[in-house]
Order: sequence, then structure tokens, then C-alpha cells
Amino acid sequence: MSGIFKSSVGRKFAMALSAFFLMIFLVMHVSINFTSVFSEELFNNMSHFMGTNPLVQGLMQPILIVGVVFHFVMGFVLEAKNKASRDVGYAKNVAKDNSTWMSRNMLLTGAVVLAFLVLHFYDFWIHEMTIKYVQGDMSGLVDANNAESGFRYYDELREKFVSPVRVLIYVVSFVLLSLHLLHGFNSAFQSVGANNKYVKSLKGFSKVYSIGIPALFIFIAVYHHFTH
Amino acid sequence: MMNLTLKIWRQKNANEKGKIVDYPVSGISPDMSFLEMLDVLNQELIEKGKEPVAFDHDCREGICGTCSLYINGRAHGPATKITACQLHMRSFKDGDTIYIEPWRAKAFPVVKDLIVDRSSFDRIQQAGGFISVNTSGNTQDANAIPIEKEHADKAFDAATCIGCGACVASCKNSSAMLFVSAKVSQFALLPQGQVEATDRVMNMVKQMDEEGFGNCTNTGACEVECPKGISLENIARMNREYLTASLKG
Repeated sequence: MSGIFKSSVGRKFAMALSAFFLMIFLVMHVSINFTSVFSEELFNNMSHFMGTNPLVQGLMQPILIVGVVFHFVMGFVLEAKNKASRDVGYAKNVAKDNSTWMSRNMLLTGAVVLAFLVLHFYDFWIHEMTIKYVQGDMSGLVDANNAESGFRYYDELREKFVSPVRVLIYVVSFVLLSLHLLHGFNSAFQSVGANNKYVKSLKGFSKVYSIGIPALFIFIAVYHHFTH
Repeated sequence: MMNLTLKIWRQKNANEKGKIVDYPVSGISPDMSFLEMLDVLNQELIEKGKEPVAFDHDCREGICGTCSLYINGRAHGPATKITACQLHMRSFKDGDTIYIEPWRAKAFPVVKDLIVDRSSFDRIQQAGGFISVNTSGNTQDANAIPIEKEHADKAFDAATCIGCGACVASCKNSSAMLFVSAKVSQFALLPQGQVEATDRVMNMVKQMDEEGFGNCTNTGACEVECPKGISLENIARMNREYLTASLKG
């Protein structure tokens, strides 16, 4: 069992497991974000819960960070090995005739998503960590000394999407995430050995997921930009 | 009759660098096979005292898996589910330029011109692509063992793999997963193969990795270019077999 992750099959299995975890996380993330479209109060309450719950902060958040880092590092490691397995390329290669653009460019789409995550972490995560763990303010209030000031999360979210440049970056990044998922969703099932009549019927769902989840993220950013 | 320009990879041996060389050919019949067209070119080269183009071929009827040409950017050429020897010149037009290259993979080093060394496939097969049979005289008749038709059909489909290497050649990662998974599947689906199933998949995957093939990223190019239409289902089955075998230790 210990040697499983040293093999090509085992590494792909690990890659798929981290992908499943991240895909579940995306559903949770977009569900919470989407509440900001119709209820400021619900979004604030859910954000405060996620930001202060010890289980979420102490256990789920570190697992998420490890999952994200693992997925990206393993992706680059596998790509480097794959590149090394062909030392001389073809003078003419018509790859578009036998495979999709998405399947051949997972590193490119993944790298764009990674670059986006750096911006996203700078926008929200580092900001949150600084307030909570550097400044020691766990209240989540606009004014920590004034209980009537209300939670700050909704206002901070809308503030981020005032900039059209930031919204454009979000839109482009989520389009690339969609392309990444359009191959990655089914690929993860194949890597864990699931390829039968039940999984084949998942293909329709995978398209809904891969286009729908990023589209919701885009909608949220655009909605707040135009309603601010 | 067609006049063509061939752009062919020429390489003296494994140690020297190769390059694409242009060869005009004329009077090519659309009814010729692709290999017959190369025979015509070689005859002309020999008559001019030049070195003929080395390429692999044997049965010339799509069975042996020996021919291994990357033609105009596709393994075995533009048509699907055929080998290069089954490709006919009617697939091309008069005046066409045709690129002819060897399979490209570190695990398939070029021997000469269009010939590559595919002995890495042999070593993978030797690592576990067989069943041990008691030949002392009391061997059970294979036909006496009932096998579910679905399994028998899938095992047979997997067994049609001719080991040509088109899967490796067309995969952007030079992965041999489709070949290895076909060999694993043809035994894993049958009771005779299940006795050694654990060792087989572990040893074959280990050998595959040691040979330097890349990782499968499920692009599906191998399935599209496979002359026998070996399904990606086999790769999923091998993944299951491998993960189950790993858990058994």
C-alpha cells in the first residue's frame, strides 16, 4: 500500500481524490457566495459562522489549503514527467483530431486558476487572517467596539467588485476554471477506475457542473459590480 | 495517378541526429496501399544508388501491429481504426504534401529512419501479461469453464490489441496505459486470469513506469487512434485492478 503513490496509476488516483475534494468545496463556496445576491443578512451570518467556527477554521481550512497545494504541485510534477517522456516532438501533429483542447491544456487552465487564487487570497483570505489573528478582532463587525455597526463581510465583498479590472480578471479566471472542469470532472472518475454505464450518464451532469458553478461565480461578481 | 511531396524523417541510427528530407514521387495510383507507395519510392532510391527509407512492416493486413508510421500528424494516418498498411492512397489528393515520421516517445527510441524499438512493450508483457497453466496432462479444458458473455466479449475486445504503439505515439504524454490496460483486462475478465491478477497488474504497471512512459491524463487520443478501437474502459478497469491489488498489499 505504501508504494501506491510512487506509481503512475497511484499518483493519478491521488490527483483525482484531491480534485473531488476541491469540486465539493466549490459547491459549498458558491452556495454561500450566492446568498449575497438575495440576502445581506444571510450572507453575513454564514460568513461569520465559517470565519469563526473552530472546526471550519482549525480543521477544514488547513485540509483545504493542503488539498489545493497538493493538487497544483502534483499537477506540475506529472506534467514535467509527461514532457520528459517525449524528447523529440513531431514535425506535424494534428492533436485536435483526436482530443479536446481542454484535455490537452489542463496545465495552462490550471496555471491561470492558480494565478487567480493568488489574487483571491490577497483579496479575502490574507485580509481576513490579518483582522482575526494579527489584530485579534474576531467580532466580524464593521466597528469592533460597536455591536450596532453590523457585520462587515457583505460590504467588503461588494467593495471588491467595484473595480471593473478585478471583475474582468474574475470572469476570465472562471471561464478558464470552467474549461479545466470540463475535462477534469470526468477525468477524475476515470482515474479512480469508474467508467461504466452509471458514470457515462454523469457526463451530462458534468457539463452542467463545469459550466454552471463558474457561471454562478461570474454572475455574483458581475451582479455586485453593477448594483454597487 | 498522383504526384506527391513526401517529407520523411531520415536518421542513420539511434546515435545520430535525424532530419526531415523531401522526396517528390510521381505516378502513384490511388489504389496503392501507403506502404506500396513507400515501396515505389524505395525502388527509385535504390535505382539511383541512394539509401532506401527504412520502415517496419510484416503482414500488411492490419494484424501484426508492425507498421508504425505517424502520417500527416496522425498515428497510422488520417483514417480511423486501421493500421498504416491498410491505408490507401485514395485518402490523399494529387499534389499533397505528406509528413511521415516515426512514433515519438522516449520509451520507443528510433533505430533507423521510421523504425523504432518497441521492446519496452515486450518487457511489460513479460512482467505479467500471461497466465501460468499446468501442462502436466490434467489441464482443465478452458471451454468447460462457464464465462458470462459480457465478460467474454470484453476480454476478446481487449485481446484484439496488436501492440502497435499508436496509443503511445498519439498521446501527448507518451503514455502506454491503453496498451497495458488491454493486456491486463484480457486476463482480468476471465477466470483463468484471475489467479494471478494481483501480481500481474502490479508488475506490469511497475515495468511500464520503469520504461519511462508518461502518465495518462485521459485525453482519449489513444482510443481515437487505436486501429483496433480498444476502449478507455480498459484503463479504468486497470486503475481499479491496481488500486485493489495495492490495498491487498
